[in-house]
Amino acid sequence: MLDVTANSGHRAAPVPASDEPLLVAANLGKSYGRLAACRDVSFELYSGEVLAIVGESGSGKSTLLQILSGQLASTTGSVAYRMRDGVTRDLATMGEAERRFLFRTDWGFVHQDPAMGLRMAVSAGANVGERLMAVGHNHYGKIRDTASSWLERVEISPERIDDAPRTYSGGMRQRLQIARNLVTEPRLVFMDEPTGGLDVSVQARLLDMMRTLVSELGLSAIVVTHDLAVARLLSHRVMVMQGGRVIETGLTDQVLDDPREPYTQLLVSSILPA
Amino acid sequence: MIPMIDIRNAEKTFVMHLQDGIRLPVVRNVSFHVAPGECVVLSGPSGAGKSSILKMIFGNYRCDGGTIGVRHNGDVIDIATAEPREILGVRRDTIGYVSQFLRAVPRVAAIDVVAEPLLVAAVTREEARARAGALLKRLNIPERLWKLPPSTFSGGEQQRVNIARGFISDLPILLLDEPTASLDAANRAVVVELVAEKKRAGVAMVAIVHDDEVRHLIADRLVDVASFAAAAA
Repeated sequence: MLDVTANSGHRAAPVPASDEPLLVAANLGKSYGRLAACRDVSFELYSGEVLAIVGESGSGKSTLLQILSGQLASTTGSVAYRMRDGVTRDLATMGEAERRFLFRTDWGFVHQDPAMGLRMAVSAGANVGERLMAVGHNHYGKIRDTASSWLERVEISPERIDDAPRTYSGGMRQRLQIARNLVTEPRLVFMDEPTGGLDVSVQARLLDMMRTLVSELGLSAIVVTHDLAVARLLSHRVMVMQGGRVIETGLTDQVLDDPREPYTQLLVSSILPA
Repeated sequence: MIPMIDIRNAEKTFVMHLQDGIRLPVVRNVSFHVAPGECVVLSGPSGAGKSSILKMIFGNYRCDGGTIGVRHNGDVIDIATAEPREILGVRRDTIGYVSQFLRAVPRVAAIDVVAEPLLVAAVTREEARARAGALLKRLNIPERLWKLPPSTFSGGEQQRVNIARGFISDLPILLLDEPTASLDAANRAVVVELVAEKKRAGVAMVAIVHDDEVRHLIADRLVDVASFAAAAA
C-alpha cells in the first residue's frame, strides 16, 4: 500500500527554486577513539527540499542527524546554516543559547519516540503552546486558538486539547509531536524514524499527512529512516549510508529504481512485496 | 525546427551485483530527436529497452553514456549529467510522464490525484478540481468515484485516472508508456483525441504503444529500438 513510485508521478512535491543552500555539510566525521561512526559526509540542502538518509542500524545515520542538528559535536568538518536574516553561520561558532533558540524556532526535531519530543504529563494544548511562548507569544487566547487549529491540522479533535498525551494512542502522540514542531513555522525539520514505532495502518495516515504538510508549508527536511517506502513517499533526494560512509546519493526514485551500489541493490531487493 | 528532445549516443547497462556482478547491456547508441507537436513512437519487441529509454529521458534511470538534451525554460539541459535539483525542475516545468500503472497514495481522492500537477503549477484548487473533473468525465470515470482513492478502482479505471493526471498539465513534453494497454475501444479513442490535442498545442511526445491501430493513429514517426540493441558482446 505504501509502495509508491515516482514514475507514477506521486513523488514528493517539487522543490521551489532558491539559489543559496539552506544547510551545507562539509566533510563531516565523528569518531569514538578508533571507531568511526561516520566520515567524509558532504552535501547541500536547499530550501523546500526533503533529503532522506537511509541505511541499516549502525550505518551512522542517527549520529549524522545528531551532528547536523547541533546536538553532537563532530570530530571533523562543519555544518553551516542560512539564518532567517540570510546570513550563513557555522553551527560550531554559535553560542549554546543561540543554538537552542534556533532549535526552538527555525528548526523542528521529530523523534521516533514521541515521549522524547513531548511533555507527557501536561496538556496537548500546552505542548503546542509552549513552543509559541518560546518565540514571544503571550496572549493566552491566541495561543489556545493556534494550538487548537494545529490539532485539527494533524487530525486530532480539538476536544482533546486539555488531555495529556499520555492518554493518547501512539499515532496521535506522533501527530501531536509534529504539531508541536511545526507551530513556530520552522524552515527545517529533522526527523528520526518518524514512523518507526507505529502500526502499518497508522503509518500510512501519518505519512500522507506529513507529505501534505511538507508541501503546503514548503518545508525543508532531513529524514532518517530504514524504511525505503518512507523515503520514496517523502523525499526528493536520498543518501544511502553503510559503515559510516555515504555510498550512493541521488534523486530518490533514481536511486531506488536504478540502484548502482551492491549494498543499495541489496536494500532495494530486500523489500517484501505486499 | 529546434527539437524539444535531442538524444545522442545514450547508453544503459545494468550491473547486477547480487547476481555475481553480471552485466546486462540494455541499449547503446540511442540517437533520435523529437520536435514540438510531434509524437514519436518507440517500436521493437518486448525487452528491447523501450521503457528504459523513457525512464532515462525522465531521469528515473541513470544514463551511462551520451547525452539527453531537453529544452527546459529556454535552455538545453543534459538529463544524463543534470543535478537532482535540476531534474526536479524539469519534471515540474517541462516533462510529464504517464506510466503503465498507477500506484496510488493512500487516502488521496481520485480527483485530487488528477488535480495535483496543476496545484504544483500554482493553479487555484477550484480551477484544478474543475479541470480534473472535466477530464475524468471525458475518460468515462463516473462522478460517484471521484472522491474515492483510486486504490479501490479496477485496472482500467486506475489507468484512466493515471492518464488524466498525465494529460491535465500544460507541460511541453509528455512521455507515454502504454497509455491504452487496458482500455476498451471507447476510451482508447478518447486517448487518441487527447494526444491529437496535445500535438496541436505543440507538445513533444514519446510513446510506447503496442496496439497497432492506436499506434497508426498517433505516430508521426517510428523509432526502431531494436537498432539500439546492446547485445552482450
